[in-house]
Amino acid sequence: MTTPIHTSTLDLSARFPGIVSADSRPGYTGFIVEKDKLVEVAAVIRDELGFDLLTAVTGVDYLPENKMEVVYHAYKTTGGPGLIFKVQVPRVDPIEVPSLIEIYPGADLQEREAWDLLGIKFTGHPDLRRILMWEGYEGHPLRKDWHEPFYEDETKPFKSRWPNGMIQMAEDKNPYKDNLKFPKDFDPEKWIPEGDALLYGSLARYTVKQEDGFGTDRIVVNMGPQHPSTHGVFRAVITLDGETIAGLKPVVGYLHRNHDKIGERNTYQQNMPYTDRLDYFNSMSNNFGYALAVEKLMNIPVAERAEYIRIIMAELSRVQNHLVFIGMLLNDLGAMYTPALYAFEERELILDIFEAVSGARMMCNYFRFGGVARDIPDDVMQKIKGLVFERLPTKTDEMERFLSENDVLLSRLKGVKVIDTETAVKYSMTGPVLRATGLPYDLRRADPYSIYDRFDFDVATRPNGDLLDNFLIRIDEIRQSLRILEQATKQIPQGPINSQKPSYQVRVPAGEAYGRIESPKGELAYYVVSNGKPNPWRYHIRPASFVNITALEQMCIGTKIADFVALLGVLDIVMGELDR
Amino acid sequence: MYGKGILKGLGVTLKRYWATYTEDIAWLLRGKKRYFNEDGVRARAGKDTRGIFTVQYPEERLILPEEFRYVPFLVYDEGAEGKKEIRCTSCGICAQVCPPQCIWIVRTTNPATGRPVPVPSNFFIDADICMNCGMCAEFCPFDAIKMDHDFEIASYSRNVLNMDKLLKSASYYAGIRPQNAAREEEARRAKKAAKAARVEASAT
Repeated sequence: MTTPIHTSTLDLSARFPGIVSADSRPGYTGFIVEKDKLVEVAAVIRDELGFDLLTAVTGVDYLPENKMEVVYHAYKTTGGPGLIFKVQVPRVDPIEVPSLIEIYPGADLQEREAWDLLGIKFTGHPDLRRILMWEGYEGHPLRKDWHEPFYEDETKPFKSRWPNGMIQMAEDKNPYKDNLKFPKDFDPEKWIPEGDALLYGSLARYTVKQEDGFGTDRIVVNMGPQHPSTHGVFRAVITLDGETIAGLKPVVGYLHRNHDKIGERNTYQQNMPYTDRLDYFNSMSNNFGYALAVEKLMNIPVAERAEYIRIIMAELSRVQNHLVFIGMLLNDLGAMYTPALYAFEERELILDIFEAVSGARMMCNYFRFGGVARDIPDDVMQKIKGLVFERLPTKTDEMERFLSENDVLLSRLKGVKVIDTETAVKYSMTGPVLRATGLPYDLRRADPYSIYDRFDFDVATRPNGDLLDNFLIRIDEIRQSLRILEQATKQIPQGPINSQKPSYQVRVPAGEAYGRIESPKGELAYYVVSNGKPNPWRYHIRPASFVNITALEQMCIGTKIADFVALLGVLDIVMGELDR
Repeated sequence: MYGKGILKGLGVTLKRYWATYTEDIAWLLRGKKRYFNEDGVRARAGKDTRGIFTVQYPEERLILPEEFRYVPFLVYDEGAEGKKEIRCTSCGICAQVCPPQCIWIVRTTNPATGRPVPVPSNFFIDADICMNCGMCAEFCPFDAIKMDHDFEIASYSRNVLNMDKLLKSASYYAGIRPQNAAREEEARRAKKAAKAARVEASAT
């Protein structure tokens, strides 16, 4: 197995003596940048060194060292290893770090998230509001000294469960009998929600004074959170100029459960079933990314047969995701409900396979560190082959025949611009939406992980970046996935399915790792920091859906409100992953 | 020509519509029932399914694969005179590995010596918190806790399962997971034989 090298070998500290130093902690890589020179260094990293795609921005709370760290992961869209750079600041409020939004606009929502959950103030950020929690929320939940209302212990397993595990309900321990906590001296009668004022205030720059004397006004429309087109509870606050969108702010967090904090309480093994709940259409892909990150930390190989099983599962997952995407996009556009049902028929057959190998249709919990949980039974392998070689190719053709020449659909999709390559890269967009603009950036080729370098397939791209291309690229990708599946099901060897002895506890040496995969929705990455204990010190997810909506405002400004539904539709967001 | 694509699409719909009836007639001619029996459900969930593929739950049910997992249960062996020999030794591995920490175990202590006895005096699973991940069953060294196939456990109140509700017989387990049960039985027998051989070797 070849472990892809993720750290660039270039020496940034020689370029900036005294400002940049290499991160010398054992298990860590990358560079530590002086806080005051961050923007300057980042500009060089982007313009001179060519790291044009900033994928992840996140913070780590090093409570014992009394430090707060902001970690940036930058990559090149031409492929290759990434560059990690960090800023360290003392953990004394106010914790201030310069915002990189001018250099990398894609940092926008991620910086807001780091402010919300860790309390890192990004100076220069134009709209630094909370994003997952609400304005007025007390505290920053991801800080190590913050405790939830159901707090029992810093880490699992809890001691109350065994050997004297007399059952006690968590809610009985909370005076409110619910997972909720009020600040001291809180009086609900006197509470004034400040979030809305700030939110609408941030849209104020779009309200213009009419100079010609006509009394036309811009109106603000709240679309969602309960709207069938938003795929869950997503709210967009839209400023309208007639029917044209003049400004847009996404409001998310309705499904927030602080997955990161749960993950830091869990042991490494216990996180695996939780990752299923992120993008619940692709639990196999979610498992994949997390397994890669932790395997990199543990520095263990993956069993040969398990590598193939992983690829088969991840690609089957991509096929069903894209089929459902097509069905749901048509649903959003008003083609109730036939295309969605046709897509779901194939999806059911793929879920049957997941159920037979892992035990569950959606929450698979199938990957283990070093391999997978169970082997594929022979009869299931036959069914996979039947689907891959016979059924799915014909059904993909049928789907294409069914929709892609439909004149009504074409006139609705053709020429409606989604985004251009430059803006998409600027806003850290990844996945099919980026590839539909003509840029062949696919992690399976650009930064190969697992054994994707052994398979013969093309990175699907489309030249125009309009709605139609975003629709067609999904069909192209299904075909490429089927190509990979055909090769994988033919080549899969016999052998063990895990390189490690099954154990309920794993030893993870101290260090950091960034495991990234090409999930069907874009780049899904896990940033895991270990301090050598049984629980991760930091467990951060870089979800494709969340980062992709950074560019939503850019995509929508100037289009008609009727197209908003379609534009949001092609982003293929899943709230379980977006809100975490 | 405008409208050609629409007609093509409608052709697909029409073909799918007719497929239900042609399938029904084909099954009729073979003298078999396509609905409300196991063969029919199996065919509709197979890779060659055509036409309508809905399964009319609860009259019809999908055939569960052996690996299907739902809230765990405790396995006991049927001893002499119907005595329940619980396999669990209350070692606590399941409670430690459980991601949402929904397993609560009370270990038995010998009142005379104060030493732990390898049998649980009580065992709770909070089924509302359980996420059906199957890790407890995967890592249990005694094959004592297994995942169930019975998924119809909706209730009006908090669903906390205690020992009485959790205990199910080894034959029930072998019924829902024949291949797994046979494999584990084989492994246990081999282990026992190896141990006996070791004891014999050390005795001579």
